[in-house]
Amino acid sequence: MTQLVLQSVVSGLLVGGMYGLVALGLALAFGVLKVLNVAHGELLMVGGYAAFFAFTVWGLDPFVSLPLVFIVMFGFGTVLYLIVFRYVTRTEIHTRIKNSLLISFGLVLVLQALAVRFFTADERTISTAYSSEAITIGLVRVPVVRLAGLIVAVVAAVLLEWLLNRTRFGRAVRATSEDWTRAALTGIDVNRVYLIAFALSAALAGVAGSLISLGYSVSPNIGLGWTLKALIVVVLAGLGSMRGIIVAGLFLGLTESLAAVWLGGEYREVAALVLFLVVLSFRPQGLFGRAYA
Amino acid sequence: MRSRTQAVLWLAGLAGVVAIGVVSGTQHVLTLSIQTMTLAALALSWNILGGYAGQISLGHAAFFGLGALITRELWLGGSSLVLAVAAAVAVTAAVAAIVGIPMLRFRDIYFAIGTLALGVAVFITSGNLWPGITSLPADDLRDYDFTSRFFMTLGVLLVAILVSVWLKHSKLGLGMTAVRDDEEAAEATGVNAFAHKMIAFVISASLAALAGSAFAYFSASYFPNFAFSVVWTFEAILVVFIGGVGTIVGPILGSIFFVVGRDALPSGIDEFQVALFGVLFIVVVLLFPGGLTEGAQKLLGGAPNRSQSPADKPTTRGGKELV
Repeated sequence: MTQLVLQSVVSGLLVGGMYGLVALGLALAFGVLKVLNVAHGELLMVGGYAAFFAFTVWGLDPFVSLPLVFIVMFGFGTVLYLIVFRYVTRTEIHTRIKNSLLISFGLVLVLQALAVRFFTADERTISTAYSSEAITIGLVRVPVVRLAGLIVAVVAAVLLEWLLNRTRFGRAVRATSEDWTRAALTGIDVNRVYLIAFALSAALAGVAGSLISLGYSVSPNIGLGWTLKALIVVVLAGLGSMRGIIVAGLFLGLTESLAAVWLGGEYREVAALVLFLVVLSFRPQGLFGRAYA
Repeated sequence: MRSRTQAVLWLAGLAGVVAIGVVSGTQHVLTLSIQTMTLAALALSWNILGGYAGQISLGHAAFFGLGALITRELWLGGSSLVLAVAAAVAVTAAVAAIVGIPMLRFRDIYFAIGTLALGVAVFITSGNLWPGITSLPADDLRDYDFTSRFFMTLGVLLVAILVSVWLKHSKLGLGMTAVRDDEEAAEATGVNAFAHKMIAFVISASLAALAGSAFAYFSASYFPNFAFSVVWTFEAILVVFIGGVGTIVGPILGSIFFVVGRDALPSGIDEFQVALFGVLFIVVVLLFPGGLTEGAQKLLGGAPNRSQSPADKPTTRGGKELV
């Protein structure tokens, strides 16, 4: 029993890191652009396929192709922003959130349908030589690829934190997310900030997708599930706050895997959703955040 | 004069649909009509909460599924269809009234995320509790009668239309619109926002359950959790916005467009159909916030019927421009 619980704690934390990483991009887009991109999971799916095909077609190891996927998805995000989301950011905040929700919902349908068409509905997983390797610590097995995923998630969070708090660009981003009209008055190119923040959000989704196609699997319909996890994490951390996202992700992963131990595997997600609704009811500002709006 | 023309048009439409049911013998046409009418009824039900009261629910399928589940279980269990449907609607209304208390305290985006989480949780749980497929008994299958399904679904759609029309012209519906446009302002003028949202939520859920019971009566066999699938929510939202959110003809025309369009496309590109509708949806939200019905009215030069178009319809105009 102790072994089962310990193993569940570790697995929960490992998958939780991934939840945090997925949520990071979603929170960035929401915090800066006030755009709720429910197609974030679909961006992740596209990134996952990019890593998968880089591996099967060119034989690129997913950790080697990671920067490549980052760049490709940054470009994809740029294009999406320019042809779709640019028009949403011109409206006032309430319309903006509602419209971005609707538009990204349309995008979910488009990306999913195209993925089925071009990549087939099959589940794909990158299987490398080290895919099944694991480190054994005491009673607990830690799969190497998932551990690497957690490490990448933490590194990404730290880099993003550094970018937002220690650079000139980050200051522009923070100013824009607080009040874009005043930011614009001080000479910040708000459109440019929006563009880069959205592209960065897509690129982060791509990185998450790479790791998911390695440690988990990718298929055209995985998007909604991951989006929902990310939404939960973002709300747990407090909408609009970037800090605490990874912690909230770990918390969600842990809750799920412990629920699986005590309630049975088929209820792990239900338990997480119920926890989420309870937190939303009693602490809408998040577990460790301030309220947005 | 205007309302008279409208009434004539509605009656002509109804007569046309009845004619399809009576004259057409082909199963294909009847199946398409039944699918269209089910989707239209579901879309109209979403429209009452989303279009009239302005609360974007992403968990609507939960009520459609609950209605389908109860109707199916009772009806196959031997009770009469009318009784089964009545029970399904009553239970769903009660469940909605309870669930609505915590849900409707969430505003805007929180309501959307909260209902999405609820919908997914209900979908997974229904799959866990009812894993087996539900099929009509062999006898029923042999005597399967499309015409009775057709008229049952038509009846369901008529109820949804009548409720929508009644609400649109009632003080209650006006209150919902006020809440949608500005909750604080509505409260200030003496409209109880929570009560109006709650009534919209319960009516919307009940009609969704009614649409679900049409699905349960029509389908030969399906997995019970399929009726809880988020696909139903998505399709309803899609046709509501493409047709015209907050209107009554919009969701109906949107449904016809969606189901017939899906059928008309040659197989092999049917994945593209969803992609095409997704693109169309994005274009409508960005450029024709009144939906295609209003877009067509504008293009035809007729004055758009302002009473039918929501004031806070998604718009890219009127917003502040960036520097």
